[in-house]
Amino acid sequence: MTMRSQTPAILLFAGLALFPFVARFGAQAYLLTLGARTLILALAALSLDFLVGQGALISFGHAAYLGIGAYAVVLASMAGINDLLAQALIAVAAAALFAALTGYVSLRATGVYYIMSTLAFGQMLYFLFVSLSALGGDDGYTLSSRSRLFGEPRLTSDFAFYYLCLAALALAYVMLTRICGSRFGRVLNAIRQNPLRARALGFRPFPSRLAACLIAGAIAAVAGALLANQSEFVAPAFMSWQRSGELLVMTILGGVGSLWGAVLGAIIYLALEEALSLLTDQTHVLIGPLLIVVAIFGRRGLAGALAPKASGSAA
Amino acid sequence: MSPPLLHIEGLAKSFGALAVTDDVSFSVGEGRLVALIGPNGAGKTTLIDQLSGAVQSDAGRIRFAGLDISGLDMSARARLGLVRSFQIAAVLPEYSALENVALAVQARSGSSFRFFGSAAREEELNAPARAALKRVGLLARADDPAGELSHGEKRSLEIAIALALRPRLMLFDEPFAGLGSEETRAGVELIRALKSEFTMLLVEHDMDAVFALADEIGVLVNGRLIAWGAPEAIRANERVRSAYLGEETLA
Repeated sequence: MTMRSQTPAILLFAGLALFPFVARFGAQAYLLTLGARTLILALAALSLDFLVGQGALISFGHAAYLGIGAYAVVLASMAGINDLLAQALIAVAAAALFAALTGYVSLRATGVYYIMSTLAFGQMLYFLFVSLSALGGDDGYTLSSRSRLFGEPRLTSDFAFYYLCLAALALAYVMLTRICGSRFGRVLNAIRQNPLRARALGFRPFPSRLAACLIAGAIAAVAGALLANQSEFVAPAFMSWQRSGELLVMTILGGVGSLWGAVLGAIIYLALEEALSLLTDQTHVLIGPLLIVVAIFGRRGLAGALAPKASGSAA
Repeated sequence: MSPPLLHIEGLAKSFGALAVTDDVSFSVGEGRLVALIGPNGAGKTTLIDQLSGAVQSDAGRIRFAGLDISGLDMSARARLGLVRSFQIAAVLPEYSALENVALAVQARSGSSFRFFGSAAREEELNAPARAALKRVGLLARADDPAGELSHGEKRSLEIAIALALRPRLMLFDEPFAGLGSEETRAGVELIRALKSEFTMLLVEHDMDAVFALADEIGVLVNGRLIAWGAPEAIRANERVRSAYLGEETLA
């Protein structure tokens, strides 16, 4: 991992850090809310990109972890745990458990069957929460306030909340980048490139893939905990299969295998959705063709178009 | 005398009604170079697949280094030191030649569940990897993606990967397939140089290479082992001549 290959990522994060100051010249409250939401979904897309790009594990149920993280906040606050760090830890533990249980089954399948089984597990969780009337069922659950941070209600400011989300995203980015270049990351990537070769070297695909699912699930669950705080509301719709699909679209748009590309993909996707919603209610009629263009002409997505060399195997 | 490193008994494999491996038994002693020859479709690659664990056998036992490994999968056999190369070079195309070999060093040295720390900066992985690349004459291409190497270079990379694993037994599946005569000559020299360090089982089409290298030769025809012996004995064997070897190859 050279510094030069990180140039696009550094520029991207610098831009995100400056965004709230630029937002002062516009509708600041609206832009900060949109910005925080974008960072949170970028965090989820980043974790999915790790799974897809490094492990070739195309999950169509990744939004389940957003739901797990969000409902962890609800359940924790019901139990009187109001600190976001404690809630995030609960979210990570719950996500790890879900990843271990579903991964144990799903990872026995490959290719399209893996995709189907992740979709099935995602839908099972979705309908479980739809049926839980104590948590509001289909209508969702409204939180009384945002979580506290270190005992104080520091997150009521949209400005502070934006930077918390940015810090989480940056931390996850650095962590995943390092994981990609580690011994573990090399094995995971080798299994993706050529499973037969990896097995002939003596590596078993299952433990590495399962660990990748745990890592990606834990990060997406943190995104879910942040999302609950951002909207102060949690609903099963957080983990609908459409949301899983959107996360996949973001990673493909940004360029599968490029971690900063996934962040950029999320930003572009949500900005487009927001801008196009001013023109039409049917934004996906316009986003659909864009995705087809990316799929046909630029398989490395935006990251491949902007920095062709930096989007190689090293992340 | 100690038992042979590899001993297989009554090995069988059928695809449908076709018996591809039919009651095959033989041994490979420590330090030997054994070659299996046979016409196309004789079942050579299937036999290598059965030995490496890529294909499950229908019947028979495989003993390796004193253990019954018949029920172990490919990665478990590789960890015991039974390492194979592939007929269609199976390298990691997006990784550099050095990264390919460094991963093999990693496979036999310590944990692969380290999540931080850059593997690329670990000299304990890179130094042995560079040594293996140098050995096969590929050091100049260490930093090039393996997918961009020529066919012959990929074969050499396969051998470097196998070397870096420090195997107890190397299985080579037609290491010279598709190589020009110059590259084949270099490959034969390389394997001859490795003979003193490793036990090897080689499946090969190139008769000159086989007779130049092997201590013992087995002949497979239609999944059956029809002859076994020293190269001179195989060359003189009437059954082998009529079943397989053309008169001109032996002239």
